[in-house]
Order: sequence, then C-alpha cells, then structure tokens
Amino acid sequence: MDVLYFAWVRERIGLPKEKIETSAATVNDLIAELRAREDRYEAAFADLSALRVALDQELSEFDSPLEGVREVAFFPPMTGG
Amino acid sequence: MRVIVQESPFDYGIEAEAFADGRHDMGAIVTFAGIVRDIAGGLDVMEIEHYPGMTEKALEKIAAEAVERWSLGDALVIHRYGRMGAGEKIMMVATAARHRKDAFEAAEYLMDYLKSRAPFWKKEHTQSDAGWVAAKDEDEAALKRW
Repeated sequence: MDVLYFAWVRERIGLPKEKIETSAATVNDLIAELRAREDRYEAAFADLSALRVALDQELSEFDSPLEGVREVAFFPPMTGG
Repeated sequence: MRVIVQESPFDYGIEAEAFADGRHDMGAIVTFAGIVRDIAGGLDVMEIEHYPGMTEKALEKIAAEAVERWSLGDALVIHRYGRMGAGEKIMMVATAARHRKDAFEAAEYLMDYLKSRAPFWKKEHTQSDAGWVAAKDEDEAALKRW
C-alpha cells in the first residue's frame, strides 16, 4: 500500500510517500511496524494524540482495519481556513 | 456548488460578484475571506501544504452538507495552497440562501469544518525561524455546536 506523510510528520520521517508491503491488520499494527524500523519513525509516531490518519482519503481511527485499503496517510491535526 | 483548490491568487471581488450575480430566488449572500496574518517577529512567508485528492473530497463533502442543511441556493469554497505573504487572501467561502440567518450560519459552518476537517497545514516562516501552526482546541470544540 501507499503510505503518505504530511507537514511535520513528513519532515520527521524525511519523505512524503512510500510503498510498504505489510500484513498489518489495523492502523495501530502498521504504526508498530513502522516504529520498529528506525528512530525517525519512532520520533514521528511517539505521540499518537498529535496524529491523525486517513484511509483511502477518509479520516479514520487508529484501530480501523486495513483490509482492502490502498492509501494510508498520517498527518498532524489540520489547520485550514 | 463549487469547490476550488488552487495555488494561484484569486480575486475576491470578482468571485463575490460572480457568485451573487443573477440571483432572483435568494435574498441573502454571505461571503468570508481568510487573510494571511502577520505574526510577532514578522512573517516572511506562510506556506500551506495540502493532501491533493482528499482536500477536494473533504471540501465537497462539507459544502454539500451545508447546502443540504440550510437549503442553500449555492455555495462556493476557494482555498489556496503554496506560499503566500501577509495580507494575501488564503481562502474564501460564499453562501446564498433565501434569508440571511441561513446564509450566515452556513458560512460559519463551512469555516468551522474546513478549519479542522479539510487536510491543510500551515507553516509560518520568519527571517530566522519556521514552525507549523498548531491546531487549537477551540477549533475542534467549535464543531460541537453543529
């Protein structure tokens, strides 16, 4: 699946988008996999209360299942307007 | 209903006039523009990042909800991304309703929702520093009144 990062999450991880092969069942499982990879992921995902997730471009929850999902995006709370 | 996400500036006057033009059934038009505000230390550039694809979908959903809930004759949302300076217009909304209460309320609803449910992120650059604007608790709380 495609995993996208925006704003400071993108800056902390150091890339806007990557393809990830995963069998993670939920967003939380995917985050656990990413955090185990490298320090920069650990730093980006350290405080989940500061993060939001979208699955296929719809705001979702961290316990949402990933089955059938093609695009996951992580970002901080939005500041439009 | 029209939702536009663009990098280039827009002309608020022309857009507002075009939106209001030729309506005979709607007695009230409300327009709102959001402007880049200067900050302590002097804003050099405001950078707005967004999530292409999701942004348009989120704005269309929010606008459609406003049209439905307040029986609007029309609604317009224009939101920019990219880099802009203090005083530049970031975005605008316009609503057309039979009566002003609905037009005002719908415009406030659009603003409240697109502040914290449309995937935009602001970064303020000064000469010496740069930082992401933090979302405010009161912006999230503002959604509860709807």
